[in-house]
Formats: sequence, structure tokens, C-alpha cells
Amino acid sequence: MSSENSMKNETNHLRKMTTIWVILSLAADLLFWFWVGPHVPPGTMTSTAKSNQFDFTFLVLFALPVLIGVWVYLGYAIVTWSAKRDNVPEPIGGEVARSNRKAQVSWITITSIVVLFLAGFGTVAVINDHGSGGGEGPNPIWNPGGASKAEAAALTSNASWSPNSNQVLPVQVIAQQWKFTYRYPTFGGFESSELILPVGTTVAFNVTSLDVIHSFWAYQLSVKADANPQVNDVAYTDTKQLGNFTVRCSELCGLWHGSMFNYGKVVSQSDFMNWAKTTESANAANTANLPPFAWTYVPDANGAAGGYYPDGTVTPYSTVEVYGSKQPAS
Amino acid sequence: MTISAERPTEVAASSVSPPAQSGGTSWTQRPGWLSQHAGTAIILAILGYLLGHWMGNAISGNYDYIANSGQNAIADTFGLSFGVLGWLLGIGALNYPLAKLVGKEAAHEETVEGWSKYFRYSLDHKVVGLQYVVGVLLFMFTGGLLAMAIRTELLSPTTHVFSPDTYIKIVSEHGTIMMMMATSIIVGPLGNYLVPLMIGARRMAFPRIEAFSFWIFVAGYGVIFSALPYGGFPTGWTGYAPLQTQAGPGMVSYLLGFAVIGMGMMAAGFNIAVTIINYRAPGMTWSRVPIFVWSILATAALLTLATPVLFAGGLFGLLDKTAQTAFYVTEHGGSSYLWQNLFWFFGHPEVYIMALPGFGIVGEIMPVFTRKPLFAYKVAAAGMIGVALLSFFVWQHHLFQSGINPDMRPLFMLTTELISIPTGFIYLVGMGTLYKAKIRFEVPMLFCMALFFNFLIGGVTGVFLSDVPVNVTVHGGFFVLSHFHYTIMGGLLFAFMAGLYFWLPKMTGKMMNKKLGLVHFWTMFVFFNLTFFPMFVIGLLGQPRRVFTYAKNLQGLNDFSSMMAFCLGLSFLIFFANLMWSMFISPVKAPANPWESLGLEWQTASPIPAHNFERIPVILTDPYHYSEVGAPALADFGDGGLVSSNSTTGSSPA
Repeated sequence: MSSENSMKNETNHLRKMTTIWVILSLAADLLFWFWVGPHVPPGTMTSTAKSNQFDFTFLVLFALPVLIGVWVYLGYAIVTWSAKRDNVPEPIGGEVARSNRKAQVSWITITSIVVLFLAGFGTVAVINDHGSGGGEGPNPIWNPGGASKAEAAALTSNASWSPNSNQVLPVQVIAQQWKFTYRYPTFGGFESSELILPVGTTVAFNVTSLDVIHSFWAYQLSVKADANPQVNDVAYTDTKQLGNFTVRCSELCGLWHGSMFNYGKVVSQSDFMNWAKTTESANAANTANLPPFAWTYVPDANGAAGGYYPDGTVTPYSTVEVYGSKQPAS
Repeated sequence: MTISAERPTEVAASSVSPPAQSGGTSWTQRPGWLSQHAGTAIILAILGYLLGHWMGNAISGNYDYIANSGQNAIADTFGLSFGVLGWLLGIGALNYPLAKLVGKEAAHEETVEGWSKYFRYSLDHKVVGLQYVVGVLLFMFTGGLLAMAIRTELLSPTTHVFSPDTYIKIVSEHGTIMMMMATSIIVGPLGNYLVPLMIGARRMAFPRIEAFSFWIFVAGYGVIFSALPYGGFPTGWTGYAPLQTQAGPGMVSYLLGFAVIGMGMMAAGFNIAVTIINYRAPGMTWSRVPIFVWSILATAALLTLATPVLFAGGLFGLLDKTAQTAFYVTEHGGSSYLWQNLFWFFGHPEVYIMALPGFGIVGEIMPVFTRKPLFAYKVAAAGMIGVALLSFFVWQHHLFQSGINPDMRPLFMLTTELISIPTGFIYLVGMGTLYKAKIRFEVPMLFCMALFFNFLIGGVTGVFLSDVPVNVTVHGGFFVLSHFHYTIMGGLLFAFMAGLYFWLPKMTGKMMNKKLGLVHFWTMFVFFNLTFFPMFVIGLLGQPRRVFTYAKNLQGLNDFSSMMAFCLGLSFLIFFANLMWSMFISPVKAPANPWESLGLEWQTASPIPAHNFERIPVILTDPYHYSEVGAPALADFGDGGLVSSNSTTGSSPA
């Protein structure tokens, strides 16, 4: 009789908690999905931004019930089982309180299923979305169609990009203390301190550094790739909307790390073409002073980390282009 | 006593330590100022530093690149290394190994009574534990002051309190100090003090190694602070490589500091693991070991296995800076990824070095205040071992956007998310223990409940970070900063506070003031959350970590976070006030077992005798038989009286 009573009591506690939990979780999930979801960073400017925004929102749908579940339980326990209340029964020790096979097995099963599902979900997302805008290193394996061709062509002199051709646009991001510059191999390899991109285009960012590790973070584009010296770190995205975006360094790179940002623009394909052609000819004299377009460069003798032997000479056996060596003395 | 003779009696015979005073013929036993203590250690450390620095200059001062740069990393490395050696020599850590080295019988360390024993090379784990309490609090206080400085600078994106140079030094020192402190904050004070008491041992397995781990920890504090007079280092606590190679002499302090602290971590981990495995009292089977001891064992394993990688990585960096090797210099055939991999191969187990002892404390304290046995004990132990094992397989999630092999990313996303399964066990255990309990909300219990609240937010945001697509937005920003403050500060530090309020009465014989404790708890809990929760939003809105200036539309949130951080700082002052008040100004004598705990550590006499137990107890059951009718006795202390697990007072049998 008494054991039946306690069973009933037990289900009562759990049923109450579950009811509160389901109601609160549903409300929180719905509120988040419809009210907050559309505003979740990084917005919808590119394909990667859009799917990363969806991924974040999707994870929140799982996170909120987990948070609320534990909080409801803790709150319920604090209110119901506080020793300060008069009618709290003495707890029961012994075997019944030490373990509960059902509770343990279901807890472990449920958490395992959720975790494995989320890992699978993330894997599908990262593969389908060509690396989700993250740096994939020099040999990306999830590249969009046409990317390898465009990347291979970029190193040759006949690299080209034209509007409405559905071509992938390779852009090189060169990070150094403490600024980003961008080279466009399909337009004679000119270098610009502005990042201008055409809309409706797959862009392949080739990120490298001349000194320490930086991280190229185009916030609204949802692209983030570390800039390592001597490494070409590739990331992809599809531009979908016109507008401005911010580029920040997100890997500590020394004194002015916090000031290492600039702004970029996504413009129409014809505007981009005009800008690129104009800049290419306007910068021709400067471009001649740059080393030929390459995926990585060795910094010149002023370079921060490398290139130096103790006697002050530049690395003699370097076979790659020395960045800045042809620049006129300033 | 017929029960459980699985542990031979020579344990009891051989564990009579610290060794008794021997004869007085030893050369180390000199009266007054000539004997070895912290003072002689400081003197020899300074002399050692000067000697080393001179040697370094003599050896390498005539190289052009050193003479031209005005910076001699070799002299700095030699100076600091010899300084540490002098420190160890001065404190007496080397007496024993040196004597053995020349074939002599080593003299016993002095056993000193009174407060001055805390400034000496003591072999008593209870002294070392209290030394560690003061040591980690000193670390925490300095690191906390630096945090206040960071938040002051971030009050405005345009008006600056510090120069960017000073700011980056502060950020780097704050991170490094806090990480070094956090590796030892529970293992050091509570692990050293409580493990022998909890497993029924009279001492640690290697008391000299234990004392060494503390005193080299203090030396590490000195080494990492020496970065400031050297001009600081600009790399943050992660010390990424080309920036590390580029940095000035302050970097030597960082690299050597981690190597020195690393020696202490390895020593502590090794000693504690051996102690737990070999020094358990008769009858203390693996299924009766307190859950805190399980957590410390898992942590000790991580300390022993992960730290050597950091140690080696740091030495490579030092060689790059001094001997012109090129481990991390890409242009000369090295790789900047090498440091990232070595560092995080240590760095991620390190994160669990900081989390596991917190879980152990919570598991130990909750049964006391719920008057219920620990729920699912085996699951809790399995969870800790599982976390410890998995923590070696997740490190590359720090490198998701770094350009590592892209096909590694799903793997590390999977392993990282898997680790939330054993972490979730701890929640099952906590929630199961609360079920139908009768909860007494004393200060330690409040801190435990707060850990469950905070760590949940830290853990759930960890799943966001491990998801590669979401990681693109949150990596390297304030989101991840907030995430690890929620796990380390919200988890570990709250657990440490719970542990201090809970065990200080046993350790010092004095109660912490409850009113001040409540004020401390509520201010710390509320202001911690108000400080760090906005940082998730700041990070999502695009603020990278370790920045000196930031976008002006984020000033409101940053200002709010800073204000709350100052209040959080005040909360720590309340804690220090409470500590001073309760320990020194107006001490109240603690009862032998103020929380009515069944733990073995509470069953020995109060104050704890020099050898912990008059006789090695024979353990009869686990210490969680709360509210159990007819519960078996916990242990046989060999003096004729069994301590009943069921007794509410649980006082000493003496």
C-alpha cells in the first residue's frame, strides 16, 4: 500500500516537471524560431551566412529544451524539497536512492541520440555547404563546381572572369600586421585595399599571411579562414545580396589586432566588372612592382617572423616569391 | 578485525611519515635564519638569476644579432632557469636528491611547529594543502586585478586608459595567470589536503615530490610575472607561434613559465595518482572510493599525460628563441601548426583538468546537504574516466578554421560532441541526488547548485562551438570567451568556493561566517552571470577576442559587462573579507563535523593528528549511506568502536 502511494507520488513529481518543461520549451522554441531566428547573425548575405544562420537557430531549438529542462528540475527541487519547508518528508536512503536503471538507461540513450544526431547534422551541413565558409586549407575537398578549374587558372597569365558566366571568382586575401589587402588574379593580379565582390557569384578566398597568424573574418559573409604564413587557406561562399560587410581579424596578431578591420562591398556584376577594370589599369604601375601572383609569399627582409638568418640575410633557398622585394624604397 | 585483508599491513607500518626528527646532526638543521625557508629561497633565487644572466651574456653577448638587438633571450633564459634552481636549492627541495647523488644518506627535512612551517619545505600534505590555498588565492587575486584592468579599458572604444602595448600585456598575463592557477586550484589545495584523509592514508606516496610541486608552482608564479619587467608578451595565453617568435624577451618568461608550472603539474599528478592507487586503506575498494577522489584520479592522469606535451612545446619555443632553431618558423622548414597542435593537445585535456575536480566536489558535497546517497555512483565515476579519455581526442576543434586537413573536421566535431555524453552523466548524478531530498541550503550547497546552473550554459554553448558551421561565426570572438569563462569560472571556481566553505572548517578548525558567505555567494552568482552572459551577445554581434578597440555600436553591452565585472570584483573582496574575518579577526571554533558528513575525512580527530589516523582504518562501506535505516558502519578505526554511517553527528571515535 505504502509503496503504491510512493509510486503515485513519484509519477506526480515527474509529471508536473514534464508538463512545465514541455510548455516552457515549446514556448521558448517557437519564440526563438519566429521572433529571434531571422535576426540571428551573420544574416543572409551569402549562401554560407544563410545556412550558418539556420544551423545556429536549429541548435538553439535543441539547446533551449535542455537548458529549460535542467532549470525546471533545479527550480522544482529547490521549491519542493527544501528543508525549510515544514512538510518535507525525510529522504529515503539505501538501494532505491542509489540508482534507478530506467532513469540511467534512458538518460544515456537520449543524450547519445541527440549528440550523434547533432554531429551528423553538422557534418551534412559542412559538406553540403562547401566547408560552410570556414578555411579548408590548401587542398579543399568540398569545393563548389568550377572552383578547382578557376583556382588552377589563377596561377596562369590567362586567368579571367566575366559577368554572367557562372565562373568562380578567386580572390587572394593577404594579411599582414595590421591590415588586409586583396589580389585579383583574374584581373592581372592587381592589389587593392578594398574588397569588392560581384553578387550572385561563387567566390574562392585564398587566405595567406606575410608575418604572423591572422584570421580573415568577413562577418556578414560568414567566412572565416586563418591566415598562416606560407599557407594558402581556401574558403568558399556564394554572394546573394548587395550590401556592405565588415572584415575583421579574429586571431590575436599583436599590438593593433583590434584595429585590423576594414569594409567590403557586394555590388552588381557589371559594377564589379567596371571597378575591376578601372582599378586594374589605374594600379598597373604598382602591380608591376608586386611579385607575380602566387598562393604564398615570403616576406622581405622587413618581414616580421621569418626570412631572417641571424646574420641578417634573407633566407637564401626560398623558391617562392619574395613579397616586397621589388617595391621601391619608401 | 577479520574483514578485508586485501591491503597488507605494511602499508600502515611504512606510512609513518613525515619522518620523525632525526638526531640533530644534519647539516640542514641549523637554528634561526640559517635554516632553509622561503627567505633563503628568495635570496638564492635572486643570486641564481644574476649568475645565470651573467653567464648567458658571457656566452652569447658577442653575437652580432644579440649585440645589435639589445635583447638577449639566452641571458634571460639562463637567468630565469638559474633563478628557479636557486629557489629550489634555497627552499631545500634539492637536499634529498643531491645527497643521494653523492652517495650520502639524505638528511630528513626539518619538522617545524607553528606558523613558520608554512614557509618551509614541508612533507606534511596538510601543510602543503594550506600552502596551496594561499598560493592559488594569490594567483587568482592578481589575475582578477588584471581582469578588472581589461574591463576598464573596454569601457570605451575610443577613450583609452592604457596604451595598446600595455593592454595586450595585461590580456596575455591575465589569461596565462588564470590558466596556470586553474590547473592547480582544486588539485593543489583540496586534492593534496583531502585525498590521503579520504582514502585513509597517513601521507602522500611521495611527500617530497608533493612539496616540490607546490614550491615550483610558486616559482612559476615568479617566472610568469617576470614577463612584465621584460616588457610583457603579446600572444595571449595561447602563445601562437610566429607571433611568439616575433615577440620580445617577455616571451621567454611565458615559455619558461609554462615549463616550470608544467613540472609542478606533472609532479603533482604523478604523486596523487600513485597515492590513490597504492595508499588506499584496507577495504577501500574502487567502488568505495569517494567520488571526489575519482575526479582527482582522472585529473591526475590528465596532468601526468598531457602536461609533457606542453613542456616539450615550450622548450621547442625556447630553443627557437635562444638557439635559433626553427621548430615553429615556416620559412626555415618548421611549422606554425606544430605549436598549435602541441599546445592544444595539452590545452584541451587542460580544460578538463579544470572541470573534473569541480564535478568531484559537487558529487561529494551534494549528498551531505540532500541527506541522500550519491545517485548513480558508478555512472559518475565512469563519466569522469570517459571525459578524461575523450579529452585527448578533441584538440583540433580549436583549429577548425586554421586550414588543417578539412576532412578532419567532421571527426573532431563528432568527438567533441561525444564528450558531452559523459559530461551529461554529472547532471544525471546531480539531479538524481536532488530527487526527493531534504535540501539544506548552506553556502557550500548554494555554490554547488550554481555550478549546475553555470556549467550548463557553458556546456551547451560548447556544442555550438563544436558545430563547424556555427564555429565560423563564433570562433575567436567573445562568444568563445564567454563560453570558457562559464565552464572554468562558473564551474571550477564556484566548485572551489563550495569546497573552501565546506572543508575549511576541517582544515583550519574555524567556521567561515555564514552571513558574509551568503552575501559573497549571491553577489558572485548574480554578477558573474550579468558579466559574462552579455558577452555571448557581444561575440555574436562580431567582436573578436583580445581587442583594444571595438565597434562603437557595441559600447552599451561592453559597458554593462564592465560594470557588472567591477561588482564581481567587489564580490571577491567580500570573500577575502570573510576569509580574514573568519580565520584571523573573529574566528569561531568549528565543530568536529559541522555539516554532519559521513566522509572519512570528517571522522578523524579534530584538529587532525600529524599522521591523520591513530591507526589505519579498515573501510567497511562507501561514505554515502545517508538516511538509510540499519546502514553498515563506515570504518573500523581499530580502537574498539565502529563509526556508524548512520550517526547524525558522525564525530570522531576518539
